[in-house]
Amino acid sequence: MSGAGDREAVFPTRQSLGIMKAKLKGAETGHNLLKRKSEALTKRFREITRRIDEAKRKMGRVMQIASLSLAEVTYAVGGNIGYQIQESAKSARFRIRAKQENVSGVLLPAFESYLTEGNNDFAMTGLGKGGQQVQRCRETYARAVEALVELASLQTAFVILDEVIKVVNRRVNAIEHVIIPRTENTIKYINSELDELDREEFYRLKKVANKKQRDTAAADAEMKKKKDEIAARGEENVSPEPEEASGPSDLLAAEEDEDVIF
Amino acid sequence: MASQADFRDRQFLAVIGDEDSVTGLLLAGIGHVTAPPDNQKNFLVVDAKTDNSAIEAAFERFTTERKDIGIVLINQHIADRIRNRVDTYTQAFPTVLEIPSKDHPYDPEKDSVLRRVRRLFGE
Repeated sequence: MSGAGDREAVFPTRQSLGIMKAKLKGAETGHNLLKRKSEALTKRFREITRRIDEAKRKMGRVMQIASLSLAEVTYAVGGNIGYQIQESAKSARFRIRAKQENVSGVLLPAFESYLTEGNNDFAMTGLGKGGQQVQRCRETYARAVEALVELASLQTAFVILDEVIKVVNRRVNAIEHVIIPRTENTIKYINSELDELDREEFYRLKKVANKKQRDTAAADAEMKKKKDEIAARGEENVSPEPEEASGPSDLLAAEEDEDVIF
Repeated sequence: MASQADFRDRQFLAVIGDEDSVTGLLLAGIGHVTAPPDNQKNFLVVDAKTDNSAIEAAFERFTTERKDIGIVLINQHIADRIRNRVDTYTQAFPTVLEIPSKDHPYDPEKDSVLRRVRRLFGE
């Protein structure tokens, strides 16, 4: 049992058993937490994908309306204004800024569009004729770009969440299928080794006790023989010498034991 | 996740598109030309005569070189011309967004992101 499976290289001691048990507990807690995180992210992810799908369709419609209004401008101005506009573009009026949103510890950026005040590159466009159409077209396109910015933030969130979910799932699987089984194996190994040591120790103690018993029995027999002799002699001699060791020798006595060698 | 830190100063949009799309978006006010001497525009007008390599170079410039662009808008029929390049682009910043153009209706099947969405849901 002890060698089966993959386990960590540790010495089978009680201390490392404690460490391994703590580690197993930690791994299980971590697994639970990560699993929950992954579920929360997946929920968010599904919501985002659904909204992307909707936003993409909406974008198609919005852009169609916008191109229609540009066609109006072309008609009203009576010529192509493309070059004029491309040349007069200098500084962006329509800008974006990113803010962050926290979803279970993942920072998702969200774009937000804003207009800078006080610069108008196209003041002269449509001055001759079609100024109104140009104005309307600008508004239409600004709305279209807002929709595009919203879609872009959804898409960014999608890309980031996709990546994060992959990482989290990889971790969940690693803990579930590698770390936990390995720690369990290690605990099993340490337990079996410790049991083995216990049995060995028990056997050794039994051997020692046996040997002690044998020694004591021999000492007793000798003592008895001596006593008998003294008693036999004591009929005449009334002063027996004080005895040194009587009874079975105490295992716990302070006198030194000789090392037992099997 | 190195991309999470550097989006704070991304405040512009960039466009690669046909003349009408670019004109419209510029009218909305997204056009920006950086200060001289480099005078870099954040838009590229593509017509039938434009080389694929020029489109690719612009795409490259907007997505990797410039650090102040947050969203790259590209017409879908132009994205088709450098489809491989667009499909392999997976970074979060800047975001690449395929937009429809006047002459080419939007086809959700070709969009690289929507295709990923579809694949994830096993369709």
